[in-house]
Amino acid sequence: MAMHTIKLTVNGEPHEATVESRLLLVHLLRENLRLTGTHIGCDTTHCGACTILFDGQPVKSCTVLAVQADGRQLITVEGLEKDNKLSAIQDGFYQEHGLQCGYCTPGMMITGTALLERNNSPSELEIREAISGNLCRCTGYVNIVKAIQHAARATKQETP
Amino acid sequence: MIPAAFDYHAPTSLSEAVALLSKHGDTAKVLSGGQSLLPLLKLRLGQAGHLIDIGRIPGLEYIKEEGGMLRIGGRTRESALERSEVVRTRYPILLDTAQVIADPLVRNMATVGGNLAHGDPGNDHPATMLVLGAQVVATGPKAERVIPIDGFFVGLFTTALQPDEIVTEIRIPAPPARSGGAYVKFERKVGDYATAAAAAFVTLGASGLVERAGIALTNAGPKPVRSTAAEKLLTGRRPDAAALGEAARAAGQSATPSADRRGAADYKKEMAGVLALRALTKAVQRAGGR
Repeated sequence: MAMHTIKLTVNGEPHEATVESRLLLVHLLRENLRLTGTHIGCDTTHCGACTILFDGQPVKSCTVLAVQADGRQLITVEGLEKDNKLSAIQDGFYQEHGLQCGYCTPGMMITGTALLERNNSPSELEIREAISGNLCRCTGYVNIVKAIQHAARATKQETP
Repeated sequence: MIPAAFDYHAPTSLSEAVALLSKHGDTAKVLSGGQSLLPLLKLRLGQAGHLIDIGRIPGLEYIKEEGGMLRIGGRTRESALERSEVVRTRYPILLDTAQVIADPLVRNMATVGGNLAHGDPGNDHPATMLVLGAQVVATGPKAERVIPIDGFFVGLFTTALQPDEIVTEIRIPAPPARSGGAYVKFERKVGDYATAAAAAFVTLGASGLVERAGIALTNAGPKPVRSTAAEKLLTGRRPDAAALGEAARAAGQSATPSADRRGAADYKKEMAGVLALRALTKAVQRAGGR
Protein backbone atom coordinates (compact mmCIF):
# COMPACT_ATOMS: atom_id res chain seq x y z
CA MET A 1 0.00 0.00 0.00
CA ALA A 2 1.54 3.25 -1.14
CA MET A 3 1.63 5.83 1.64
CA HIS A 4 2.57 9.49 1.30
CA THR A 5 3.21 12.20 3.84
CA ILE A 6 1.61 15.43 2.76
CA LYS A 7 1.58 18.96 4.13
CA LEU A 8 -1.25 21.32 3.40
CA THR A 9 -2.88 24.45 4.75
CA VAL A 10 -6.56 24.24 5.62
CA ASN A 11 -8.39 27.41 6.66
CA GLY A 12 -5.02 29.02 7.34
CA GLU A 13 -3.75 26.25 9.58
CA PRO A 14 -0.91 23.95 8.57
CA HIS A 15 -1.61 20.21 8.65
CA GLU A 16 0.47 17.14 8.01
CA ALA A 17 -0.97 13.73 7.26
CA THR A 18 0.22 10.34 6.09
CA VAL A 19 -2.26 9.04 3.56
CA GLU A 20 -2.83 6.24 1.10
CA SER A 21 -2.53 7.22 -2.59
CA ARG A 22 -6.18 6.47 -3.16
CA LEU A 23 -7.56 8.51 -0.27
CA LEU A 24 -9.95 11.15 -1.59
CA LEU A 25 -9.52 14.72 -0.45
CA VAL A 26 -13.03 14.85 1.01
CA HIS A 27 -12.22 11.88 3.23
CA LEU A 28 -8.97 13.50 4.39
CA LEU A 29 -10.95 16.59 5.40
CA ARG A 30 -13.81 14.77 7.09
CA GLU A 31 -12.09 11.78 8.65
CA ASN A 32 -8.46 12.73 9.25
CA LEU A 33 -8.97 16.43 10.00
CA ARG A 34 -12.51 16.03 11.37
CA LEU A 35 -13.77 18.95 9.31
CA THR A 36 -17.21 17.51 8.65
CA GLY A 37 -18.74 20.70 7.28
CA THR A 38 -17.71 19.54 3.82
CA HIS A 39 -20.40 17.02 2.86
CA ILE A 40 -20.40 13.94 0.69
CA GLY A 41 -23.52 13.82 -1.42
CA CYS A 42 -23.47 11.87 -4.66
CA ASP A 43 -19.78 10.88 -4.56
CA THR A 44 -19.89 10.90 -8.39
CA THR A 45 -18.85 14.49 -9.24
CA HIS A 46 -22.40 15.69 -9.77
CA CYS A 47 -23.81 17.35 -6.67
CA GLY A 48 -21.14 19.73 -5.36
CA ALA A 49 -21.90 19.14 -1.64
CA CYS A 50 -18.14 18.49 -1.22
CA THR A 51 -17.05 21.80 -2.82
CA ILE A 52 -14.00 23.45 -1.26
CA LEU A 53 -11.58 26.14 -2.38
CA PHE A 54 -8.42 24.55 -3.76
CA ASP A 55 -5.79 27.27 -4.16
CA GLY A 56 -8.71 29.68 -4.38
CA GLN A 57 -10.75 27.79 -6.97
CA PRO A 58 -13.96 25.95 -6.07
CA VAL A 59 -13.58 22.24 -6.87
CA LYS A 60 -15.34 19.01 -5.95
CA SER A 61 -13.21 17.39 -3.25
CA CYS A 62 -14.67 13.93 -3.93
CA THR A 63 -12.86 14.07 -7.27
CA VAL A 64 -9.43 15.11 -6.06
CA LEU A 65 -6.91 12.83 -4.33
CA ALA A 66 -5.65 13.87 -0.93
CA VAL A 67 -2.08 13.59 -2.26
CA GLN A 68 -2.89 16.17 -4.92
CA ALA A 69 -3.44 18.67 -2.09
CA ASP A 70 0.16 18.41 -0.91
CA GLY A 71 1.46 21.97 -0.56
CA ARG A 72 -1.92 23.53 -1.44
CA GLN A 73 -4.07 26.08 0.35
CA LEU A 74 -7.59 24.89 1.06
CA ILE A 75 -10.62 26.67 2.44
CA THR A 76 -13.61 24.69 3.68
CA VAL A 77 -16.92 26.00 4.99
CA GLU A 78 -15.40 26.08 8.49
CA GLY A 79 -12.96 28.71 7.21
CA LEU A 80 -15.58 31.22 6.05
CA GLU A 81 -16.33 32.65 9.51
CA LYS A 82 -13.72 35.12 10.77
CA ASP A 83 -13.42 36.21 14.44
CA ASN A 84 -16.83 34.80 15.33
CA LYS A 85 -18.37 36.86 12.55
CA LEU A 86 -20.24 35.24 9.68
CA SER A 87 -18.86 36.00 6.23
CA ALA A 88 -21.03 37.99 3.83
CA ILE A 89 -22.12 34.77 2.11
CA GLN A 90 -22.98 33.05 5.39
CA ASP A 91 -24.95 36.06 6.53
CA GLY A 92 -26.73 36.18 3.16
CA PHE A 93 -27.86 32.55 3.55
CA TYR A 94 -29.03 33.35 7.09
CA GLN A 95 -30.89 36.53 6.16
CA GLU A 96 -32.53 35.18 3.01
CA HIS A 97 -33.31 31.70 4.31
CA GLY A 98 -30.96 30.26 1.68
CA LEU A 99 -31.24 26.75 3.02
CA GLN A 100 -33.85 24.15 3.78
CA CYS A 101 -32.27 20.83 4.75
CA GLY A 102 -28.80 22.35 4.67
CA TYR A 103 -27.07 19.51 2.88
CA CYS A 104 -25.90 21.49 -0.14
CA THR A 105 -25.26 24.65 1.87
CA PRO A 106 -21.50 24.29 2.53
CA GLY A 107 -20.86 23.72 -1.19
CA MET A 108 -23.22 26.51 -2.22
CA MET A 109 -21.51 28.96 0.13
CA ILE A 110 -18.04 28.00 -1.06
CA THR A 111 -19.07 28.41 -4.69
CA GLY A 112 -20.80 31.70 -3.84
CA THR A 113 -17.69 32.95 -2.04
CA ALA A 114 -15.51 32.20 -5.09
CA LEU A 115 -18.02 33.87 -7.41
CA LEU A 116 -18.10 37.10 -5.42
CA GLU A 117 -14.32 37.22 -5.27
CA ARG A 118 -14.25 37.21 -9.07
CA ASN A 119 -17.35 39.33 -9.66
CA ASN A 120 -18.86 41.44 -6.89
CA SER A 121 -22.03 42.30 -8.79
CA PRO A 122 -23.12 39.15 -10.58
CA SER A 123 -26.41 39.10 -12.47
CA GLU A 124 -28.99 36.48 -11.56
CA LEU A 125 -27.95 34.50 -14.64
CA GLU A 126 -24.28 34.64 -13.63
CA ILE A 127 -25.19 33.39 -10.16
CA ARG A 128 -27.29 30.57 -11.58
CA GLU A 129 -24.47 29.59 -13.94
CA ALA A 130 -21.91 29.69 -11.14
CA ILE A 131 -23.95 27.35 -8.94
CA SER A 132 -24.94 25.03 -11.80
CA GLY A 133 -22.53 22.41 -10.45
CA ASN A 134 -24.14 22.50 -7.00
CA LEU A 135 -27.41 20.65 -6.64
CA CYS A 136 -30.01 21.52 -4.00
CA ARG A 137 -32.14 18.47 -3.32
CA CYS A 138 -34.81 20.68 -1.75
CA THR A 139 -34.88 22.69 -5.01
CA GLY A 140 -34.49 25.84 -2.92
CA TYR A 141 -32.64 27.72 -5.62
CA VAL A 142 -34.73 30.90 -5.47
CA ASN A 143 -33.57 31.72 -1.95
CA ILE A 144 -30.04 30.53 -2.63
CA VAL A 145 -29.81 33.05 -5.47
CA LYS A 146 -31.28 35.73 -3.18
CA ALA A 147 -28.73 34.83 -0.50
CA ILE A 148 -25.84 35.32 -2.91
CA GLN A 149 -27.38 38.60 -4.15
CA HIS A 150 -27.69 39.71 -0.52
CA ALA A 151 -24.01 38.89 0.05
CA ALA A 152 -23.02 40.72 -3.12
CA ARG A 153 -24.80 43.88 -1.92
CA ALA A 154 -23.18 43.61 1.51
CA THR A 155 -19.73 43.03 -0.01
CA LYS A 156 -20.06 46.06 -2.26
CA GLN A 157 -21.06 48.27 0.68
CA GLU A 158 -17.96 47.16 2.56
CA THR A 159 -15.58 47.61 -0.35
CA PRO A 160 -17.18 50.01 -2.84
CA MET B 1 -16.52 5.05 -3.29
CA ILE B 2 -12.89 4.13 -2.89
CA PRO B 3 -10.70 3.32 -5.90
CA ALA B 4 -8.66 0.12 -5.93
CA ALA B 5 -5.16 0.75 -4.58
CA PHE B 6 -2.56 2.28 -6.88
CA ASP B 7 0.83 3.92 -6.60
CA TYR B 8 0.96 7.68 -7.02
CA HIS B 9 3.84 9.61 -8.55
CA ALA B 10 4.18 13.37 -8.74
CA PRO B 11 7.04 14.12 -11.13
CA THR B 12 8.22 17.71 -11.36
CA SER B 13 9.52 17.57 -14.93
CA LEU B 14 8.22 16.26 -18.22
CA SER B 15 11.20 13.95 -18.72
CA GLU B 16 10.66 12.43 -15.28
CA ALA B 17 6.98 11.90 -16.06
CA VAL B 18 7.72 10.25 -19.40
CA ALA B 19 10.37 8.02 -17.77
CA LEU B 20 7.78 6.86 -15.21
CA LEU B 21 5.31 6.13 -18.01
CA SER B 22 7.95 4.17 -19.93
CA LYS B 23 8.83 2.20 -16.82
CA HIS B 24 5.28 1.28 -15.90
CA GLY B 25 3.88 0.88 -19.42
CA ASP B 26 0.18 0.34 -19.74
CA THR B 27 -0.29 -0.15 -15.99
CA ALA B 28 0.25 3.62 -15.67
CA LYS B 29 -2.26 6.38 -16.34
CA VAL B 30 -1.62 10.11 -16.62
CA LEU B 31 -3.53 12.13 -14.02
CA SER B 32 -4.20 15.58 -15.47
CA GLY B 33 -7.39 17.21 -14.14
CA GLY B 34 -8.67 13.81 -13.04
CA GLN B 35 -12.31 14.68 -13.63
CA SER B 36 -12.88 11.65 -15.86
CA LEU B 37 -10.12 9.40 -14.54
CA LEU B 38 -10.96 9.60 -10.83
CA PRO B 39 -14.70 8.86 -11.31
CA LEU B 40 -13.72 5.84 -13.46
CA LEU B 41 -11.36 4.57 -10.77
CA LYS B 42 -13.90 5.24 -8.02
CA LEU B 43 -16.65 3.38 -9.89
CA ARG B 44 -14.04 0.70 -10.61
CA LEU B 45 -14.85 0.84 -14.29
CA GLY B 46 -11.13 1.30 -14.72
CA GLN B 47 -8.04 0.37 -12.80
CA ALA B 48 -4.48 1.67 -12.78
CA GLY B 49 -1.36 0.37 -11.08
CA HIS B 50 0.30 3.76 -11.18
CA LEU B 51 -1.03 7.28 -11.48
CA ILE B 52 1.45 9.77 -12.90
CA ASP B 53 0.21 13.18 -11.74
CA ILE B 54 1.40 15.86 -14.18
CA GLY B 55 -0.02 18.58 -11.91
CA ARG B 56 3.37 19.61 -10.56
CA ILE B 57 5.18 19.99 -13.88
CA PRO B 58 5.69 23.68 -14.66
CA GLY B 59 4.91 25.21 -18.03
CA LEU B 60 1.93 23.13 -19.14
CA GLU B 61 -0.81 25.74 -18.64
CA TYR B 62 -0.94 28.55 -21.19
CA ILE B 63 -3.05 29.99 -23.98
CA LYS B 64 -1.20 32.07 -26.54
CA GLU B 65 -1.46 33.03 -30.17
CA GLU B 66 1.92 32.63 -31.82
CA GLY B 67 3.24 31.84 -35.28
CA GLY B 68 -0.22 31.80 -36.87
CA MET B 69 -1.57 29.37 -34.30
CA LEU B 70 -3.35 29.27 -31.00
CA ARG B 71 -1.24 27.19 -28.64
CA ILE B 72 -2.93 25.69 -25.61
CA GLY B 73 -0.80 23.97 -22.98
CA GLY B 74 -1.92 20.39 -22.41
CA ARG B 75 -2.85 20.92 -18.76
CA THR B 76 -4.72 24.18 -19.36
CA ARG B 77 -7.92 24.17 -17.31
CA GLU B 78 -11.25 24.49 -19.08
CA SER B 79 -12.04 27.48 -16.85
CA ALA B 80 -8.92 29.21 -18.22
CA LEU B 81 -10.35 28.93 -21.75
CA GLU B 82 -13.56 30.53 -20.53
CA ARG B 83 -11.67 33.47 -19.05
CA SER B 84 -9.20 33.92 -21.89
CA GLU B 85 -9.49 37.17 -23.83
CA VAL B 86 -7.96 35.68 -27.00
CA VAL B 87 -10.42 32.76 -26.87
CA ARG B 88 -13.39 35.11 -26.32
CA THR B 89 -12.49 37.43 -29.14
CA ARG B 90 -10.79 35.20 -31.72
CA TYR B 91 -12.02 31.63 -31.08
CA PRO B 92 -15.65 31.86 -29.90
CA ILE B 93 -16.21 28.21 -30.87
CA LEU B 94 -13.74 27.26 -28.12
CA LEU B 95 -15.67 29.38 -25.64
CA ASP B 96 -18.93 27.70 -26.77
CA THR B 97 -17.28 24.35 -26.09
CA ALA B 98 -15.60 25.09 -22.77
CA GLN B 99 -18.81 26.58 -21.34
CA VAL B 100 -20.81 23.38 -21.82
CA ILE B 101 -18.25 20.90 -20.49
CA ALA B 102 -19.52 19.33 -17.26
CA ASP B 103 -20.11 22.17 -14.76
CA PRO B 104 -18.12 25.20 -13.54
CA LEU B 105 -16.58 23.34 -10.58
CA VAL B 106 -15.40 20.45 -12.73
CA ARG B 107 -14.00 22.95 -15.24
CA ASN B 108 -11.72 24.40 -12.56
CA MET B 109 -9.86 21.07 -12.53
CA ALA B 110 -10.58 19.50 -15.94
CA THR B 111 -7.97 20.06 -18.65
CA VAL B 112 -8.08 20.44 -22.43
CA GLY B 113 -5.38 17.80 -22.94
CA GLY B 114 -7.22 15.38 -20.68
CA ASN B 115 -10.49 15.94 -22.50
CA LEU B 116 -8.82 14.84 -25.76
CA ALA B 117 -6.52 12.12 -24.40
CA HIS B 118 -9.41 10.36 -22.65
CA GLY B 119 -10.78 9.45 -26.09
CA ASP B 120 -14.38 9.60 -24.92
CA PRO B 121 -16.71 10.25 -27.88
CA GLY B 122 -19.03 12.00 -25.42
CA ASN B 123 -16.44 14.65 -24.60
CA ASP B 124 -16.99 18.06 -26.14
CA HIS B 125 -13.56 19.18 -27.34
CA PRO B 126 -13.01 16.46 -29.96
CA ALA B 127 -15.69 17.66 -32.41
CA THR B 128 -14.51 21.25 -32.05
CA MET B 129 -10.88 20.29 -32.59
CA LEU B 130 -11.84 18.22 -35.66
CA VAL B 131 -13.53 21.16 -37.38
CA LEU B 132 -10.69 23.50 -36.44
CA GLY B 133 -8.08 21.16 -37.92
CA ALA B 134 -6.15 21.09 -34.65
CA GLN B 135 -2.89 19.28 -33.97
CA VAL B 136 -2.08 17.42 -30.79
CA VAL B 137 1.51 17.61 -29.58
CA ALA B 138 2.53 14.47 -27.70
CA THR B 139 5.76 14.23 -25.74
CA GLY B 140 7.33 10.80 -25.36
CA PRO B 141 10.73 9.37 -24.43
CA LYS B 142 12.46 10.31 -27.69
CA ALA B 143 10.93 13.59 -28.71
CA GLU B 144 7.67 15.30 -29.23
CA ARG B 145 5.52 14.52 -32.23
CA VAL B 146 2.63 16.31 -33.80
CA ILE B 147 -0.51 14.27 -34.38
CA PRO B 148 -3.09 15.76 -36.76
CA ILE B 149 -6.48 15.58 -35.07
CA ASP B 150 -7.98 13.56 -37.92
CA GLY B 151 -5.73 10.65 -36.95
CA PHE B 152 -5.92 11.15 -33.19
CA PHE B 153 -9.14 9.35 -32.30
CA VAL B 154 -8.73 5.66 -33.02
CA GLY B 155 -11.79 4.14 -31.31
CA LEU B 156 -13.82 4.08 -28.14
CA PHE B 157 -11.55 5.48 -25.39
CA THR B 158 -8.60 4.88 -27.70
CA THR B 159 -6.33 7.51 -29.21
CA ALA B 160 -3.12 7.52 -31.23
CA LEU B 161 -1.17 8.28 -28.03
CA GLN B 162 1.40 5.70 -26.95
CA PRO B 163 1.31 4.63 -23.28
CA ASP B 164 4.46 6.69 -22.66
CA GLU B 165 3.25 9.88 -24.32
CA ILE B 166 1.72 12.95 -22.70
CA VAL B 167 -0.37 15.59 -24.46
CA THR B 168 1.70 18.72 -23.95
CA GLU B 169 0.11 21.14 -26.39
CA ILE B 170 -2.86 21.61 -28.67
CA ARG B 171 -2.32 23.77 -31.75
CA ILE B 172 -5.15 25.41 -33.61
CA PRO B 173 -4.53 27.24 -36.89
CA ALA B 174 -5.51 30.91 -36.57
CA PRO B 175 -8.80 31.47 -38.39
CA PRO B 176 -8.49 33.08 -41.82
CA ALA B 177 -10.52 36.22 -42.56
CA ARG B 178 -14.28 35.64 -42.98
CA SER B 179 -14.23 32.51 -40.85
CA GLY B 180 -16.57 31.50 -38.08
CA GLY B 181 -17.14 28.51 -35.88
CA ALA B 182 -19.71 27.38 -33.35
CA TYR B 183 -20.40 24.47 -31.02
CA VAL B 184 -23.96 23.68 -29.99
CA LYS B 185 -24.84 21.04 -27.43
CA PHE B 186 -28.14 19.58 -26.33
CA GLU B 187 -27.95 18.09 -22.85
CA ARG B 188 -30.60 16.92 -20.38
CA LYS B 189 -29.09 18.97 -17.57
CA VAL B 190 -25.90 20.85 -16.73
CA GLY B 191 -23.09 18.38 -16.35
CA ASP B 192 -24.49 15.67 -18.60
CA TYR B 193 -22.87 14.35 -21.72
CA ALA B 194 -24.47 15.46 -24.96
CA THR B 195 -27.69 13.85 -26.14
CA ALA B 196 -26.40 15.35 -29.36
CA ALA B 197 -23.94 18.11 -30.17
CA ALA B 198 -22.34 19.55 -33.26
CA ALA B 199 -19.35 21.70 -34.14
CA ALA B 200 -19.16 23.72 -37.34
CA PHE B 201 -16.50 25.90 -38.88
CA VAL B 202 -16.73 27.77 -42.17
CA THR B 203 -14.45 30.02 -44.16
CA LEU B 204 -16.10 32.19 -46.80
CA GLY B 205 -14.38 33.33 -49.97
CA ALA B 206 -14.47 36.86 -51.39
CA SER B 207 -17.56 36.01 -53.42
CA GLY B 208 -19.37 34.79 -50.31
CA LEU B 209 -19.13 31.12 -51.26
CA VAL B 210 -17.98 28.53 -48.71
CA GLU B 211 -14.28 27.95 -49.24
CA ARG B 212 -13.83 25.46 -46.45
CA ALA B 213 -16.31 23.76 -44.14
CA GLY B 214 -15.83 21.56 -41.11
CA ILE B 215 -18.68 19.68 -39.43
CA ALA B 216 -18.29 17.18 -36.59
CA LEU B 217 -20.51 15.52 -34.00
CA THR B 218 -20.23 14.55 -30.33
CA ASN B 219 -21.60 11.29 -28.90
CA ALA B 220 -22.64 10.09 -32.33
CA GLY B 221 -20.63 6.87 -32.56
CA PRO B 222 -17.74 5.00 -30.96
CA LYS B 223 -15.45 7.93 -31.72
CA PRO B 224 -15.95 11.59 -32.56
CA VAL B 225 -17.55 11.85 -36.01
CA ARG B 226 -16.35 14.20 -38.71
CA SER B 227 -18.91 14.41 -41.49
CA THR B 228 -16.88 14.80 -44.66
CA ALA B 229 -20.05 14.18 -46.70
CA ALA B 230 -21.65 17.25 -45.16
CA GLU B 231 -18.48 19.28 -45.63
CA LYS B 232 -18.33 18.37 -49.34
CA LEU B 233 -21.97 19.34 -49.84
CA LEU B 234 -21.29 22.80 -48.53
CA THR B 235 -17.92 23.56 -50.07
CA GLY B 236 -18.12 25.93 -53.03
CA ARG B 237 -21.76 26.83 -52.36
CA ARG B 238 -23.50 29.91 -51.11
CA PRO B 239 -24.30 29.26 -47.43
CA ASP B 240 -28.04 29.85 -47.78
CA ALA B 241 -30.75 28.06 -45.86
CA ALA B 242 -31.07 25.33 -48.47
CA ALA B 243 -27.36 24.54 -48.55
CA LEU B 244 -27.03 24.56 -44.77
CA GLY B 245 -30.10 22.35 -44.45
CA GLU B 246 -28.72 19.81 -46.91
CA ALA B 247 -25.35 19.74 -45.18
CA ALA B 248 -26.97 19.39 -41.76
CA ARG B 249 -29.12 16.48 -42.96
CA ALA B 250 -26.00 14.79 -44.33
CA ALA B 251 -24.26 15.36 -41.00
CA GLY B 252 -27.18 13.74 -39.19
CA GLN B 253 -26.91 10.77 -41.56
CA SER B 254 -23.27 10.30 -40.59
CA ALA B 255 -24.23 9.79 -36.94
CA THR B 256 -24.35 6.22 -35.60
CA PRO B 257 -25.41 6.85 -32.00
CA SER B 258 -26.48 4.11 -29.63
CA ALA B 259 -29.64 4.17 -27.57
CA ASP B 260 -29.26 4.93 -23.88
CA ARG B 261 -31.17 6.82 -21.21
CA ARG B 262 -30.62 10.00 -23.22
CA GLY B 263 -32.78 8.68 -26.01
CA ALA B 264 -33.33 6.20 -28.83
CA ALA B 265 -30.79 5.95 -31.64
CA ASP B 266 -33.17 7.41 -34.25
CA TYR B 267 -34.00 10.35 -32.03
CA LYS B 268 -30.33 11.14 -31.41
CA LYS B 269 -29.56 10.87 -35.12
CA GLU B 270 -32.37 13.32 -35.87
CA MET B 271 -31.08 15.65 -33.15
CA ALA B 272 -27.54 15.46 -34.55
CA GLY B 273 -28.90 16.91 -37.80
CA VAL B 274 -30.87 19.60 -35.95
CA LEU B 275 -27.82 20.65 -33.95
CA ALA B 276 -25.58 20.56 -37.02
CA LEU B 277 -27.95 23.08 -38.64
CA ARG B 278 -27.84 25.33 -35.57
CA ALA B 279 -24.05 25.15 -35.41
CA LEU B 280 -23.68 25.83 -39.13
CA THR B 281 -26.08 28.78 -39.01
CA LYS B 282 -24.19 30.33 -36.11
CA ALA B 283 -20.81 29.65 -37.74
CA VAL B 284 -21.90 31.36 -40.96
CA GLN B 285 -23.22 34.34 -38.97
CA ARG B 286 -19.93 34.63 -37.15
CA ALA B 287 -18.07 34.44 -40.45
CA GLY B 288 -20.06 37.50 -41.48
CA GLY B 289 -22.08 35.55 -44.03
CA ARG B 290 -25.51 36.67 -42.82
